[in-house]
Amino acid sequence: MTILRRWLRRPIILAADNNNGPWGGGGDDSAGPRNPWSVPPGGRRGASKPTALDEFLKKTRVGGGGGGGGRPQLPLGTSARTLWLIGVGLLVAIWLLLTSIHQIGPQQRGVVTYFGKYSGMLEPGIRVTLPAPIVNVTKVDVEQVRTDEFPQDGGETVLTGDQNIIDLAYTVRWRVSDPRNYVFEIKDPQETVRATAESAMRAVLATTRMNDAIGAGRGLIEARVTQTMQQILDSYQAGVRVQGVSIKQASPPAALVDDFNAVTAAQQEAVGNLNNARSYSQQVIARAQGEASAFDQVYAQYRLAPEVTRRRMYYETMEAVLAKTDKTIVETPGVTPYLPLDRARKLVEPTQGTSTAPAAPAQGGQR
Amino acid sequence: MGQLTRNPIAIGMLALVLAILAAATFAIVPETQQAVVLRLNNPVRLVNQWQPGQMIGNTGAGVIARVPFIDKIVWVDKRVLDADLDNTLVLSTDQLRLNVDAYARFRIVDPLKAVTSTGSTSNTEERVADQLRPLLGTALRNELGKVPFAVLLSPERGAVMDAIQNSLQGSARQYGAEIVDVRIKHADLPDGSPLDSALQRMRTARQQEANTIRAQGQKQAQIVRAEADAQAARIYAEAFSKDADFYDFYRAMQSYRHTFGADGNQQPEGSTNIIMSPNNGYLRAFEGGGR
Repeated sequence: MTILRRWLRRPIILAADNNNGPWGGGGDDSAGPRNPWSVPPGGRRGASKPTALDEFLKKTRVGGGGGGGGRPQLPLGTSARTLWLIGVGLLVAIWLLLTSIHQIGPQQRGVVTYFGKYSGMLEPGIRVTLPAPIVNVTKVDVEQVRTDEFPQDGGETVLTGDQNIIDLAYTVRWRVSDPRNYVFEIKDPQETVRATAESAMRAVLATTRMNDAIGAGRGLIEARVTQTMQQILDSYQAGVRVQGVSIKQASPPAALVDDFNAVTAAQQEAVGNLNNARSYSQQVIARAQGEASAFDQVYAQYRLAPEVTRRRMYYETMEAVLAKTDKTIVETPGVTPYLPLDRARKLVEPTQGTSTAPAAPAQGGQR
Repeated sequence: MGQLTRNPIAIGMLALVLAILAAATFAIVPETQQAVVLRLNNPVRLVNQWQPGQMIGNTGAGVIARVPFIDKIVWVDKRVLDADLDNTLVLSTDQLRLNVDAYARFRIVDPLKAVTSTGSTSNTEERVADQLRPLLGTALRNELGKVPFAVLLSPERGAVMDAIQNSLQGSARQYGAEIVDVRIKHADLPDGSPLDSALQRMRTARQQEANTIRAQGQKQAQIVRAEADAQAARIYAEAFSKDADFYDFYRAMQSYRHTFGADGNQQPEGSTNIIMSPNNGYLRAFEGGGR
């Protein structure tokens, strides 16, 4: 009841304020509707300003002014206190609202501490707890898979088991498996996961040969790093589950790219050589089979009439051969044949066009 | 009027005093912290000290009361902490230099010792880490200096890590800390000549590999050719050995045709002149036709 009455009297104070100054009045008029949440400053003003105004009024107004001044005094005092209370109450309410109602997302869990001591876990949804200093809720993303990139900047070189160097880039996927351990057991869990990943990757690569690392062994390395990381993190009770490690890049150092390419080129060359050899092999064998088969055919005929076939073949061959060649027949025995000089020249330089022209008549003469 | 306006202020003052008193008397010990209570700098008790196998939610965390303004609480982290060591140059027994980044994970198990040994009442865990860092460096250099380089890159490196951890454990105990784990993060060859020579070695290894592959390829090719030749020889021999005499004649005829360009394949390279005597077998009939 009293509160209501005081509220009703507020306009009087505001009206008095209005008379006082142009901006003060305008401000208060427009601030009328917002008052509920801007109460604390309003309250303070109610406590101090009106009293100052009062005294001002007392000084300026004479006689009746005293009564007029006396009347607002009482409500002014009480309303100041009320505004104080309302302000504090509102602050408390806001604080209660903010610290006792928790919205836990579907991927989150709320870790609840009761006076600092772990007391339980909040499942997703809107949850209500006791307010702040008593109960604290830390939200942890549990379902969300976090991805860490290695290295963070530029390239990273790693030594392999055979003391070679490779450039490496990989990602680690992990999520929180036990929010309680995640929050309470490890300081800076994210950094811990990173350090663990680096150390596990190097430990595994230190037992791997370079050719496996940059070649077919990647899957195995990924699995071993995942396993090693999990072991290490479990030993810290980190509450982290390593989902997987994937090697994005594992390649020889940039400075050696040409040399690695040379190896590839050599491999291609070797395969090329082998292909050539195979094609030669096919040719040679096919030819052998062809010739053997041809001989077999002729031989079969030869067996039927050996002497005649032999002579026929002889004459046919001679015919074909002699038809193509220049022939000189020396009729009388004891005559020494001689070769004309231009002919000898032609024999020496058979391709020279100049020598063929004069040789032609000589050839004709020989024939 | 003065009484009325002063009243809320008085209430506020009272509330403030109470709040200060409450804050000075009660303290919330979270799960992540251990508390050392000092009464006029004299340690009187430990709250929420780490115990092995303790379940979270079942620890000493919670609200504690103390004598206001006389008891002082020193907070020491209860969680697993990290002492990171970057770029430590290590010399292996075979005089190879290695740039090592390592870390030690530790936990302060005796907060009072941690506070007294570091002589600090704030940031105790950081001071412990500061103390451990050079010790880790020394242990790293000592243990890695005992093994050849290759061991660092082998499964035995686990044993080296254990040795480092053991040697560090002793000195960590003086600070009330317990080493949970020691690990090498990076182990790289230092820039400059060690790196260059390693790259050079890799380069020559590649060249060697390339040459080997090439030579192996040639060997394979040669074998394939020889096998083909052998098989062809076998085929020829099988066919021709049926009648060696006829083969000789048959092949001679083929050879003549080829040599003199009569088989129609191509022109023979040299032009041919034949000087024949009438005694020649081919011309026998030619000469004796009149007979």
